[in-house]
Amino acid sequence: MTRYQYPEPKSSEITPQRVWTKRRQLLAGGALMAAGGAMPLASAMAQRSKSSDWAPLASKPNPEYILMDALTSQKDVTTYNNFYEFGLDKADPARYAGAMKIEPWSVQIEGEVAKPGTYGLEDLLSLSPMQDRVYRMRCVEGWSMVIPWIGYPLSALLNKVEPTGNAKYVEFVTDMQPDVMRGLSSPVIDWPYREGLRMDEAMHPLTLLTFGVYGTVLPNQNGAPVRLVVPWKYGFKSAKSLIKIRVTEKQPLTSWVAAAASEYGFYANVNPEVRHPRWTQATERRIGEGGFFTPKRPTLMFNGYADQVASLYTGMDLSKNY
Amino acid sequence: MFRLSAVSVDRCKPVLVLLGLYPLIRWVWLGWQGDLTANPMEFLTRSSGTWALVCLLVTLSVSPLREVLNQPALIRLRRTCGLFAFFYAALHAITWAWWDQGFVVGLMWRDVIDRPFITVGMLAFLALLMLALTSNQRAMRALGKRWKQLHRFIYLIGALVILHYWWHKSGKNDYAEVLVYGAVMLFLLAWRVVGSWLVTRFRPETKKASAN
Repeated sequence: MTRYQYPEPKSSEITPQRVWTKRRQLLAGGALMAAGGAMPLASAMAQRSKSSDWAPLASKPNPEYILMDALTSQKDVTTYNNFYEFGLDKADPARYAGAMKIEPWSVQIEGEVAKPGTYGLEDLLSLSPMQDRVYRMRCVEGWSMVIPWIGYPLSALLNKVEPTGNAKYVEFVTDMQPDVMRGLSSPVIDWPYREGLRMDEAMHPLTLLTFGVYGTVLPNQNGAPVRLVVPWKYGFKSAKSLIKIRVTEKQPLTSWVAAAASEYGFYANVNPEVRHPRWTQATERRIGEGGFFTPKRPTLMFNGYADQVASLYTGMDLSKNY
Repeated sequence: MFRLSAVSVDRCKPVLVLLGLYPLIRWVWLGWQGDLTANPMEFLTRSSGTWALVCLLVTLSVSPLREVLNQPALIRLRRTCGLFAFFYAALHAITWAWWDQGFVVGLMWRDVIDRPFITVGMLAFLALLMLALTSNQRAMRALGKRWKQLHRFIYLIGALVILHYWWHKSGKNDYAEVLVYGAVMLFLLAWRVVGSWLVTRFRPETKKASAN
């Protein structure tokens, strides 16, 4: 099992030649685009979306969010995904998401905030220092990974847009690109994909606005260019490729609650004691761990983040608010 | 009209066995190549289930085929097909018992009781086990007329298996594949119901048509 190594703080190693030449291309493209010719930038982007390796994303490790668990391999993290916009098979996102257009990208922030507006990806990237954080990821289907994300707390963005006194919930909306997202024709979900958090959950320091993984920008199949990661909840809560963040007073109707309210709740906290109607949630298969004789792992309450988040739910019946 | 003899059908059996072993050979090949996906246990569990269903559908196709093609000797291939269905169903059940339940009897029992799609899957498997155990010549002779009645359970198994698959996919409303397999199953079961009527009523005409 390969272990992820954080980049050494030597600038020559952080920024290989391949990258800074690419940056020059982008800068040149940007200058040309300012002069009215968008072609060079477009071709530079097409090159990147075809490339199987992704541009590095500079970040600093946050020592408070490091796990002893062995990391899931980059190959598994980038080829075994649920991103239904690209199909229901877990290999579909890696197969088809390359065609998703992610530049230019902006996120519209609206609702109960003092400063609504459209925020370009560049603004979001520079809003707060990028941190490396290793999180467990537990899918509701019963498998899990350990993933080195790059991002910063969502609270940094929310504080900037100044939620009003009515702000109780946050809704997240994933982009729809019907020409490249073959999954949108599937009736599984009422598109676009919508997720939501309670305000205190959204403001929690663990809730990560995520731009990269494994030292690079997010591959498209992992939710490029910006996604949510909420490590104590089942993976489907961590919406990908966000284009809209809506702060609301009422609890938003999320896609999975709309699709099957008896199976997927709004909270969707990882909880080994609350079974899914069709399977137990007491154990999980850690992807890439051991071989055919490796037993499943016991699932941890709040995915192992109980110390940090259990207080958010004091007094709540978690078997009812699943 | 040309009729296959029993001997020539028997000669095809090794080919059928090789065909039946294709999924197993494919898994070994994929494993060798490291292509069993990031979650090999889930892949093998699902793949073995799918192939069990495919073999069951092939088994149920033998009787309609011998009527349509007017090749009674094809019946000699049916048991092999049925045993392959059992073989993959057994592997499917073992993957569940091993990788999902860790061979813990208490957990397995709870799973069968708690989850309706596991309940029907297990019922189908136990019924299939019963048919596999009584598939040899000795059992046929011993059971006499009752053998045929007993082996009509295959229709119930077909229905249970589709229900098992349907419930498995219901959480994501992902019925595309189930609908295809379900439609084939429905056709093959409906053939039994209306088949005899169709054959007696339309066969003289089709014979005339082919004579022209």
